[in-house]
Formats: sequence, C-alpha cells, structure tokens
Amino acid sequence: MDFQSSELLRFTTAGSVDDGKSTLIGRMLYDSKSIYQDQMEAIEASSLRRGESEVNLALLTDGLKSEREQGITIDVAYRYFSTPKRKFIIADTPGHIQYTRNMVTGASTANVALVLIDARNGVVEQTKRHAIIASLLQIPHLVVCINKMDLVDYNETIYENIKEDFEKFAAKLDVKDVHFIPVSALKGDNIVNRSEQTPWYEGPTLMYYLENVHIASDHNFIDSRFPVQYVIRPNTDKFHDYRGYAGRIAGGIMKKGDKVVVLPSGFSSTIKKIDTIEGELEEAFPPQSVTVLLEDDIDVSRGDMIVRENNQPEVGQDLEVMICWFNEKPLQPRGKYGIMHTTQEARCVIKEVRYRMDINTLHRDQEDIQIKMNDIGRIVIRTTKPLFYDAYRKNRITGSIILIDEGTNETVGAGMII
Amino acid sequence: MDYHLNHLRELESESIFILREVAAQFENPVLMFSGGKDSILMVYLAQKAFYPARIPFPLLHVDTGHNFKETIEYRDAMVERIGARLIVGSVQEAIDKGMVTEEKGFNASRNSLQTVALLEALEQGKYDAALGGARRDEEKARAKERFFSHRDEFGQWDPKNQRPELWNLFNGKKQFGEHFRIFPISNWTELDVWQYLAMEKVELPSLYFAHKRKVFERDGTLLADSEFIPKKPHEEVKEMMVRCRTIGDVTCTGVWQSNATTIEGIIEEVATTRMTERGGRTDDKRSETSMEDRKKTGYF
Repeated sequence: MDFQSSELLRFTTAGSVDDGKSTLIGRMLYDSKSIYQDQMEAIEASSLRRGESEVNLALLTDGLKSEREQGITIDVAYRYFSTPKRKFIIADTPGHIQYTRNMVTGASTANVALVLIDARNGVVEQTKRHAIIASLLQIPHLVVCINKMDLVDYNETIYENIKEDFEKFAAKLDVKDVHFIPVSALKGDNIVNRSEQTPWYEGPTLMYYLENVHIASDHNFIDSRFPVQYVIRPNTDKFHDYRGYAGRIAGGIMKKGDKVVVLPSGFSSTIKKIDTIEGELEEAFPPQSVTVLLEDDIDVSRGDMIVRENNQPEVGQDLEVMICWFNEKPLQPRGKYGIMHTTQEARCVIKEVRYRMDINTLHRDQEDIQIKMNDIGRIVIRTTKPLFYDAYRKNRITGSIILIDEGTNETVGAGMII
Repeated sequence: MDYHLNHLRELESESIFILREVAAQFENPVLMFSGGKDSILMVYLAQKAFYPARIPFPLLHVDTGHNFKETIEYRDAMVERIGARLIVGSVQEAIDKGMVTEEKGFNASRNSLQTVALLEALEQGKYDAALGGARRDEEKARAKERFFSHRDEFGQWDPKNQRPELWNLFNGKKQFGEHFRIFPISNWTELDVWQYLAMEKVELPSLYFAHKRKVFERDGTLLADSEFIPKKPHEEVKEMMVRCRTIGDVTCTGVWQSNATTIEGIIEEVATTRMTERGGRTDDKRSETSMEDRKKTGYF
C-alpha cells in the first residue's frame, strides 16, 4: 500500500491580518481537493449571509464563534491535508493578537515556516517578527511566499526587490534554508499549479516545495537521549520481573547492547532489549515511542534520562534561557515558578533578566527589562534539582522548557536553553 | 538504514507518548469509549503504550440507551478480550432521576443529554482525566482543541483561554475539582484512522461495513429504521446497502449508501468522498456553532 511510505510534514503559517494567509490555506486545501462538499456549502452559505461577494475561504480555518464574528483568527488552528507523497499538518497562527504566544506554539514542532509577504507592502515589521521567531525556534526550513502578485501585475522587479530586502535582513538571523515563491493565493498562482503569469520564475510551486523539501534529517540522530516517561511493571506471572522504561527517543540511535548511563544516579548498564508489542527492535530512533529494558536491576524512574556512556548531556541547575512570555502577569524577577523539561518537573527561581529583545529589530534592551506578555528575553534561572539538557540549537526536545505559575497552574512561559 | 517513520507510525508514536503522559501525570484517568472506530483505535494504542502490562485505566461508556446492538456486542467482546474494566454511565438513569428532561418531537436526540451523564460519571468516579477520541479534522471547533484540554470545576471549556502547548511538554496541573479532557489522536484524520486500522488489521464492528439495512430519509440524511426514532407519515422505509461512517446514538447517526464491504473498500471510499464524516450527524447541523456551544458546557 503506497500510503505506508508517506511522510508527515508539519508547517506553520504566519501573516498579518490582510496578507491573505487564511485565503492561502483555503486555496491549498481547495486545490488539493481536501475541502469537502458540505464544508464548501456551509462556508458559501455563511459568506452569503455575511454579505460577501466571493466565497470567503478564511471561514474554513476560523472555527470559533468569536473569530467568525470579528473576522480574525484568535487561536492556533490545526488543519490537515494530504497528497500521495505527504501528509501535512498546518499550525495556522494569527498574525496580530497574542502573536508571539501563538507563533511560538505553532513553531515549536514545525519542520517548515511559511512566511507571507504582501507584494504591495514588501518586508514590514510583522514579516521580520515572524522570521525572527522562526529563527529562534530553529524551524529547519523557511519558505517565503510573496503574495498578491496579481495586484502588482506579476512584476518581476517588485518580487526581486522584496527578496533582496528579506535576504539582507535574514543574514542577521540563524536560518539555514530559505526559499522564495511568487504567489497569488486568491487566483491560485504557483500554489498547486504553475502560473502562466510568472514565466520569469523557474522555481517550484508551493505545493511541490512542501512535498519535496528534505525533512529526514530534521531530528538529531547523533546524541542518544532517552527521557524516561513511565515505568512499566506488569506484575503478572508471565512477566514477573519485567521492568520496562517507556519513553520517546529524543535524540540519537539507541541499539541493543549499547553501554548506557542513567542520569542522575550515574549507574552504568547495557541495553538488554528494546521492546514493543510487535516484538523486539534491534535499534530505535527519534521520534519513536518504545520501551527500554536494562541488563542490571537499578533504580530508574520518570524524569531520569538514559544516555550513551561516551556522549552525555549537560547536567546543571543554572541555565541561560531565551524565554517567550505568555501571561498577562509579567515575569517576576526573583519569582519562583514550576518548570517542565523533558519528563522532569522541578521548581526554579528567576535569578536575572539579562535583556529584553525587540522582536522587530533584534535590539537587546538592557534598560527596560520587564518581560511582559508576548515579550522575548534572555534570563538566568536556577532549578531545585539538576536538569539533563542540551542547547536548544542541538536538540529541540532536550533544549526546551516551560514555566508554570504555581498559583494558577497556567503555562506562562516557554524557554529555549542556550 | 533509513531512519524515518512513515506518517502513520509518527502519529502512532505521538499518541502513545500522550497516553503514557496521562498515566504518569494523573492519578485517576479514564478512557471514554463509545464503540466507534476512534475509540477502538484509542484502546488499541493504549494496549501498545503499556504492553506487556494491562491498560492502567478503566473504560467509560456513556450509554444513551439508544444504541445499535452491534456496538454493545463489540464493546462487551473487546472488554472481555483485553481484560479491561468497563464503567457504564447511563443517560436513561439521568432521565429517570430527573436530572435531565428528554427532548420531544421527531428530531429528539439524547446526544446533548450525554453531557450530563458524562459529567455525572466523571464526578462519581473522581476521574481527573478523561481520554477521548476526538480529532481536530472532524469539526471546526475541535480544530482549536489542545491535547491536554483543561476543564473547570463545572466541566466547562474556555476556548479563548487555553494553555499553549509546545514541543513535547504537556502541562496537566490543576486545582482540586478540575479535570482534563485528553485527546491523544488529535492529529489523525479520518483517512489516517482507516489506513492505520487496515495496516494493523484491527477487528471492527460490522456496522462500518456495507450491509443491508432498513432505512428512511430525513432532511437529506439516511437514518436507520429504529424503535427510537418516530417516523413522520410520509417517511418511507426501504432496504438499502449502507454503512456507518461514524457511530453514535441511533437517533443522530446517519448511514451512507455504500458497497464497501472491506476495509480497503472503505479507504477507497474515504479517500474519494466529497462529504465530511460528520456530514451525517444531525446533532452538528443544529447551528453553525453547535459543536462549540456543546463543548463549552462539557460535551466531548
């Protein structure tokens, strides 16, 4: 069956209110025949009721009542479509309200960031902000769609100028793979089908790009990291002494027979078996969920990490973190928060705010360092117990944390370890 | 060796991660089992997640009393086979106790009454996490749902104030009396579910496959002829080859004309269909935001 070889690609979209982001998504769903007849009929009826002349494809993604009333996207919405080659998950994030919070959320798991630029306006503040967030969150691939080409007569010079502007700006960022496409989401140019209006453009359509961009090496396959999530002890006659460590591989390849160390205890052992319901595996890799059994009977519990003897993560209680703040109550210097990191939980104190970053200019403000909702800044924290971590640049799973307000239990911040 | 997972294995791994996270973070979780393919998938994934141990939480079926008999037969056989504990929350009981009033008329459905029976069952069992098989592709309000969805002490959902979810980090912290709804298969589409069930050769209730059944048409939807649905005088019962795309209560589950008698046939049909699976659910058609409205008060 051919679906068994199809890959999963997650991408995030960001755009300002009028960039035509929802139209673009609507177009991809529509042209790839992922919109159903009853959905189409429902949005046709709503568009008519709202007195709109054309079918408003944005209504496909704006699902909540208040979103439809205000004509804006409030929260991250997840959309799905597939082609014979790949299955796609879109994290559609609003460009205005709580943009940082939503963009960061969508970006945290994405392989590709899709940035939209209105060809009439060129690179604006929001474009920069989106690119900065994509770079901070280390989204491996960036595709820049220069949209509304139909409104600038498919002018090549306009496209080239915007491209140059963006490249100049992106040189300051940590993005490796950037690609540009001239499109019109409204007319469907270069989305799924090649446009006859842009003979000067020789690159792929957006859909072709998304179907073919190389994502197989987006995971870290070098540094073995296995955060223990849950201990499986069946206590049945058949599996009397079974003690399996369940978890999802966060990095590297784990093989039967590997010499490993368990953190924090530091005890050494050997991987006896990598188990699944279908039987044993010789090796396992990210992002597989498996159960690991060790040769020696040592104490291992949730929050511990199994790593290779000769390749260990950092261990420490003092961390430098880039933090994105999500809560109306600003980050409290000297304040205490709950912290989640891989499968570990601890508490931490904010020791210092080094600077607040202006996410439109990358300027580091060391004077006004209050980190408010939707701000990003660099902080120093100290945790109540050691964490086993890597720099976020090296591993997105072992390098990320969230902070939790201990009074309300809300997730108030997301951090990337430097 | 080529280190990459196909999309079904990646979804499987994500769901197993969530299921294990629930077992680790909550004291008393429960898996909501409706007898439909999504909850069958959930039980199947839970078996994988905890193998060789048993699933470390019970199954909860909210019984409207208006079931297809095939659903109940399948449920009981499955529970027996995997050695799970089954809890049944009854809508009939909620009606008898006077907690809810039954809808009247031709389109009466116990669907919305399920919420009361569900919240009652959750409260009685003191469950702090209820696992559900809802998917984001099903319905536009569900597209905004989190994996770990916080509910206040009244079981209400506040879509505008949800906790952000990043990376692999799921915050299940709550105050006393609050609970979570957890949706491990959020990222699966209808097609993914069928492809996976086919790949894994999972046994399914006969209702999903095309069979001869007495049906009648109402508002463009085919409904199964049943003692629970009063018919209008002009509504004529005929026998047709049909199958269910979703399985809910008899009163609101539309059936589809189909000749798909095998799972491959179903995949073919789902891949080429032009109607969403909930297109046959009369409960969703009551208004543009009926799902969001029901979810806010505690429906799942």
